[in-house]
Amino acid sequence: MDIHEYQAKKILSDFGVTIPRGGIVYSPENAENKAREIGGSKWVVKAQIHSGARGKAGGIIVCDSPLEVAQATDKLLGKKLVTNQTGPEGKIVNRIYIEEATDIERELYLGLVFDRSSESIMVVASTEGGMSVEEISKEKPETIIRSKIEVAVGMQNFQARELAFGLGIEPDLIRRASETIIGCYKAFSELDATMVEVNPLVISKQKQILALDCKMSFDNNAMFRRNQVSELRDKTQEDSKEVFASDRGLNYVSLDGNIGNIINGAGLAMASMDMIKLAGGSPANFLDVGGGATPEKIVKAFKLVTMDEKVKVILVNIFAGINRCDWVAEGIVEALKKIEVNVPLVIRLAGTNVEKGNQILKESKINYIEANTLEDAANKAVAALNK
Amino acid sequence: MTVLIDKNSKIIIQGFTGKMGTFHADEMIKYGSNVIGGVTPGKGGSKHLNLPVFNTVKDAVSATGADASILFVPPAFAADSAMEAADAGIKTCVAIVDGIPSHDMIRIKRYMRRYTKSSKMTLVGPNCAGIISPGKSMLGIMPGHIYKEGRIGIISRSGTLGYEAAQQLKNLNIGISTSVGIGGDPINGSSFRDIIEKFETDDETDAILMIGEIGGPQEVAAGEFAKENMKKPIIAYIAGLTAPKGRVMGHAGAIVSAYGESAIEKVEILKECGITISKNPSVMGDTVKSVLEKM
Repeated sequence: MDIHEYQAKKILSDFGVTIPRGGIVYSPENAENKAREIGGSKWVVKAQIHSGARGKAGGIIVCDSPLEVAQATDKLLGKKLVTNQTGPEGKIVNRIYIEEATDIERELYLGLVFDRSSESIMVVASTEGGMSVEEISKEKPETIIRSKIEVAVGMQNFQARELAFGLGIEPDLIRRASETIIGCYKAFSELDATMVEVNPLVISKQKQILALDCKMSFDNNAMFRRNQVSELRDKTQEDSKEVFASDRGLNYVSLDGNIGNIINGAGLAMASMDMIKLAGGSPANFLDVGGGATPEKIVKAFKLVTMDEKVKVILVNIFAGINRCDWVAEGIVEALKKIEVNVPLVIRLAGTNVEKGNQILKESKINYIEANTLEDAANKAVAALNK
Repeated sequence: MTVLIDKNSKIIIQGFTGKMGTFHADEMIKYGSNVIGGVTPGKGGSKHLNLPVFNTVKDAVSATGADASILFVPPAFAADSAMEAADAGIKTCVAIVDGIPSHDMIRIKRYMRRYTKSSKMTLVGPNCAGIISPGKSMLGIMPGHIYKEGRIGIISRSGTLGYEAAQQLKNLNIGISTSVGIGGDPINGSSFRDIIEKFETDDETDAILMIGEIGGPQEVAAGEFAKENMKKPIIAYIAGLTAPKGRVMGHAGAIVSAYGESAIEKVEILKECGITISKNPSVMGDTVKSVLEKM
C-alpha cells in the first residue's frame, strides 16, 4: 500500500526526521491562509498523488506570494496529472501540500528496502539526490553506498555514521544525519513498511538536514496490526477495477490487451498470459481468483472482467486442487445467469472432477468454447478474437 | 529415502480443530499420510478426527514422536507457530497460509539461526501448496490423484502451476519422486537452491523441474549453485514474460524490482548456467521428457 508524500513526512517526523514546515489544503482560500500561517517569502505548492516525477508533470509549483499559492492550488486541484509512472490516464489531484521553500546546498538520496537475497533490510544512499534510484544506478553507480541491517538487533549508530561519512557530510552534521537515517530505519521496521525513500534528503544553507520529498509503501499483509497506517489508504489514487477486486478478495492487475482472464493461482495466471501472448493475443488483465475459487468468487470475477470495455474475449482457466471442477462449473453457470456476457467465452477446466465439471457446462446450454489444455485455451481465445 | 517426507513421517496438524485444519487433515489421511494428531492450544486432551489433540507442539512431539507438521493457523499467528515447531524438534514444517507479513518471515528465519544445521527444521512456504511424495505421503493441500509415482523432483513457487506440471507429466506417463511448493511470498522458508541441493543427493530423483516466476533473486541463485554443484539435469520454466514491471502479480513476491528479476532475464541467466528451459508452460512435460530421453 502506498501513501501520499505529506503522510509519509508526518510519519518520518514522528520518528525524529526534520521536515520543512507545511500543511495540507483542499481549496485555494485554504492554501492562501496556510501560506501566511507558514510565513516566509517563498512557498512550494505540491500536488499529492501516488507517483514520483511530479515536478516534470507540472505538479510542483514554486510561488513568491500567498496569492500565487492560491492560484497554483486552483490550477492543480481536480486536475489529472500524467507522469512517467501513472500511465496515460494519470492520477487525480484532490489534496495539495503547501510547504516553505528550502535553500538547498546539497541533495542526497536515501532509500530503505527489503533485500530478498540476504533477507535483511538494506539502506541505500547516494550523493546524487534528485535523480531516481534507477537513474543513479545507471549513470552514477559509483556514488551508491549500501548498508545491510541485522533486523534482530536493529540499525546501529556506527552503521548510520558510516553512511553519513560516506555521503561526505561535514563533521558538525554527522550526528544529525545519523539520527535522520536511524529515524527512517525505525519507521520502516516498526510500521511494517516495504519501502522508505527520501529523495532528495537535503542539507540546507542554514545547515539543517531535511526530508524534502519522501515516499513510503507498506506490507498489505501486515495492515491487520497497523490501523493507523491502513487509514491512510487513498482509493482515489488506485485503479477503480483494482479497488473493486481487492475489496472482494481478488488479485487483479489491469493491462492493455483485450483478452480478459479468470484464473485460479497467480503462477497459472501469469503462465496463461504468457500463452496468450505466444498465441498472438494480448491479455486485458491479470486475475487470480485464488486457490479456493468459490462460486461467489467466480461471480465477482465475471462482474469485474465484464466491467472492462476493452475485453473482447474471456478466458477462464481453472486447475481445481482443493476445490472441484463441478463446483467451479456451477459457479460459472450461476455467474452467467446474473451477468450478461456478450463476448466469446473460452473455458478450460482441469484437475479434480474435470469430467463432471465439463458435463455441467455442456448441459447448462451456456454459450462457450471448450478447451482442454493451457495451449488449446490460449489458441481458442485468440481465434475467437479474430472471428 | 525421499526428500523431506516419506511413508513413516509422523505428521501433526497445527491449527488442527479449525475448518481448514480439519478439512485438509482429512484429505491427507485419505491420501495415506501418517497423520498422528494435532495441536490447538486449550483443547489438549480431547480427540479430533479420532486423533489426539495437544496444547503445545512439544507435548505432541514427546507423546508421539512427531517429526513433521503443517500449519493451518491465521497469518497473524503463523510466525509464532512456525517457531514453536522449530523449537519442539519438528524436522519438516509446511506453512500453507497466505498473508504472513514479510517482517515476520525475517524474524522466523533469524530465530532459526540458533539451531545447528543438523538440528534445524526445514520450513517450506508460506503461501504454498506443500509437499507430496506420491504413493508415500502428502503434507499439503494439492489434489493427490494428479501426481504419479516416479523419479522427477518438482519445485514450484506457484501451487496451480505445479499441478499443471504434474498433470502434464502424468499424461506423458512420467512420475514424480517429490513435489515441493516453496510459495509465492518475497521471503520464504526454503529457496529453490535449498531444495535442489536436497534432490541432488536423493537416490529416488533423476531430474528436477523448477517452476519459477518473475521477482526476486532465487531462480538465479539456484542456477548459479547448480552450475557449480549439481550433476542431475534441471529443467526450468519461468512464468511472467508478459507481466508489467513494478506491479505485484498476485503473489506478494512476484514483482520485478531489479535487474535479473524479469522472466526474460532469468531465462537468459539460467540458460548460461546449463539449465534446460521449457519455453512455455504447456511444454513443461515435453521438455522434461526430451531431457530424460537424452540421459
